Amino acid sequence: MTAVSEVELSRRGLLAGSAATAIVVAAPASDAAPLPQAPAPTSLPVSFEVNGKRRELSLDPRTTLLDALREHLQLTGTKKGCDHGQCGACTVMVDGVRINSCLTLAVMHQGDKITTIEGLGTPDKLHPMQAAFIKHDGYQCGYCTPGQICSAVAVLDEIKRGVPSHVQDDLTAKPRATNVEMRERMSGNICRCGAYSNIADAMADVAGENA
Amino acid sequence: MKAFTYERAKDAGAAARAVAGRPGAKFIAGGTNLLDLMKIEVETPTHLVDVQDLGFDTIVKTADGGLRIGALVTNTNLAADARVRRDYGVLTRAIVAGASGQLRNKASTAGNLLQRTRCPYFYDTNMACNKRRPGSGCAAIGGYSRQLGVIGVSTSCIATFPGDMAVAMRVLDAVVETVDATGARRAIPIADFHRLWGDRPDLDTVLKPGELITAVTLPRPIGGKHFYEKVRDRASYAYALVSVAAVIQPDGTGRVAFGGVAPRPWRVEAADALLPQGAAAVTARAFRGATPTEDNGFKLPLATRALASVIAQAKA
Ligand SMILES: Cc1cc2nc3c(=O)[nH]c(=O)nc-3n(C[C@H](O)[C@H](O)[C@H](O)COP(=O)(O)OP(=O)(O)OC[C@H]3O[C@@H](n4cnc5c(N)ncnc54)[C@H](O)[C@@H]3O)c2cc1C
Ligand code: SF4
Ligand code: FES
Ligand code: FES
Repeated sequence: MTAVSEVELSRRGLLAGSAATAIVVAAPASDAAPLPQAPAPTSLPVSFEVNGKRRELSLDPRTTLLDALREHLQLTGTKKGCDHGQCGACTVMVDGVRINSCLTLAVMHQGDKITTIEGLGTPDKLHPMQAAFIKHDGYQCGYCTPGQICSAVAVLDEIKRGVPSHVQDDLTAKPRATNVEMRERMSGNICRCGAYSNIADAMADVAGENA
Repeated sequence: MKAFTYERAKDAGAAARAVAGRPGAKFIAGGTNLLDLMKIEVETPTHLVDVQDLGFDTIVKTADGGLRIGALVTNTNLAADARVRRDYGVLTRAIVAGASGQLRNKASTAGNLLQRTRCPYFYDTNMACNKRRPGSGCAAIGGYSRQLGVIGVSTSCIATFPGDMAVAMRVLDAVVETVDATGARRAIPIADFHRLWGDRPDLDTVLKPGELITAVTLPRPIGGKHFYEKVRDRASYAYALVSVAAVIQPDGTGRVAFGGVAPRPWRVEAADALLPQGAAAVTARAFRGATPTEDNGFKLPLATRALASVIAQAKA
């Protein structure tokens, strides 16, 4: 017991220590450029549709779409991995197109239609892509999975709409849902557990059904 | 992120006036570069002017048989346009070699041209960086410079322009169209758009504060085979170490520009003329006077090999 609380203590000590370091380290950031004083934070109204439901919010303009979904609408299915566009965990669909919700401001989405993992399917009524991820073991820890699934659904739609990709030989030909195509198009979704090949299998399954 | 105020501009004039009239104001399009940098307070705008309603989201034919690409056309829509795929394949290839599907859905044509360098010290606010804080020095010189520039750089800054799309636009002789707060319009050849750093690496381009990009025009198609060869640390979703944009004609003549090597897409017209003599002749001319570091000297032979690969594919 003592051992445990010591561990707890030292862990807290470590966290406090690193927080303090972070503050010291972050200080020079304010030297960025000799710009006028930042205005006092104010809130702006914004309304958009999330998974078919109209939502009205009043937000600090700094709020990203990701934070609006998770922190203000409690839609925590969408994940924050890097917060810098580098991992894809935050992928959602806006007006039918996949984007990184961490690199867009919520106030820029007035009137938009947003679909998150919660809107694709429910535990009782899975989206075919969700069912295929389960069938093919397309995840391990599951953290990247909501982003992977939103991206996977959007990728099949992009292929159908003829959006070109880096691995296409003939740019004027219609792309097909091959393994190589899906891997390239899914490269914006990182999986730390390395479930990639099973994700591609799940997508192939769904693509086959649609074909 | 520092606090800012936000407005959604109704038209181009209002947008330009809103930024020009307010120190610290900036345009925001897709937000994928600006917000990234605001989160780490490398960018600290006090006011954002959202340009999404300005209507610059179409691609139309120009009178002389080229294309006018609206500043807000997304990278995805530009790459997917049937005319671009058919007549300007190098542009589609360059775009789809960049970033990820999600990012390309948001990235705008103007924002892509204006994306800032990926020099790691520019991102680290603890380090000296003349581009981020003029006069503070350059941590990259004598530091870790594997990704950085080999030509056109200066003793103040050795960073590169990191983008792909602009390298293809340089080969195509694109022109950037702007309007300012007074309503004055400019047409800036892409060759002159990105600055060489000199002693002002804080200024990336020749744009004036509040000058709004409205479109990028492409001259009439030039035919030939189109290539974008991008060499990077992983097969996808990574910036270029070196890239080659090229249009090669059946007789072996053509045009070539290099990415990932300089403050701007690097094209030397006198080097284009050497294409029939092979890759080594072209790069010897294009990179004459290069000043690589110990870390990034590999970019010079890599550029030659990437171009050799393109020339071989053109002959196949
Ligand atoms: C993880 C990651 C990987 C990436 N990989 C690549 C890659 O491999 N290759 C590549 O080329 N790019 C890559 N990018 C960069 C991406 O392409 C850019 O972020 C994007 O193109 C910027 O466009 P935007 O519309 O989002 O710009 P914003 O972020 O909205 O704006 C960028 C700048 O342009 C200004 N601006 C915007 N519109 C206008 C206008 N109309 N007139 C005047 N000024 C304007 C803004 O004020 C801002 O300073 C990557 C980005 C990320 C996050
Ligand atoms: S190379 Fe340029 S961007 Fe990088 S640290 Fe030096 S001044 Fe800054
Ligand atoms: S959290 Fe948005 S891309 Fe990583
Ligand atoms: S399942 Fe763990 S990160 Fe992808």
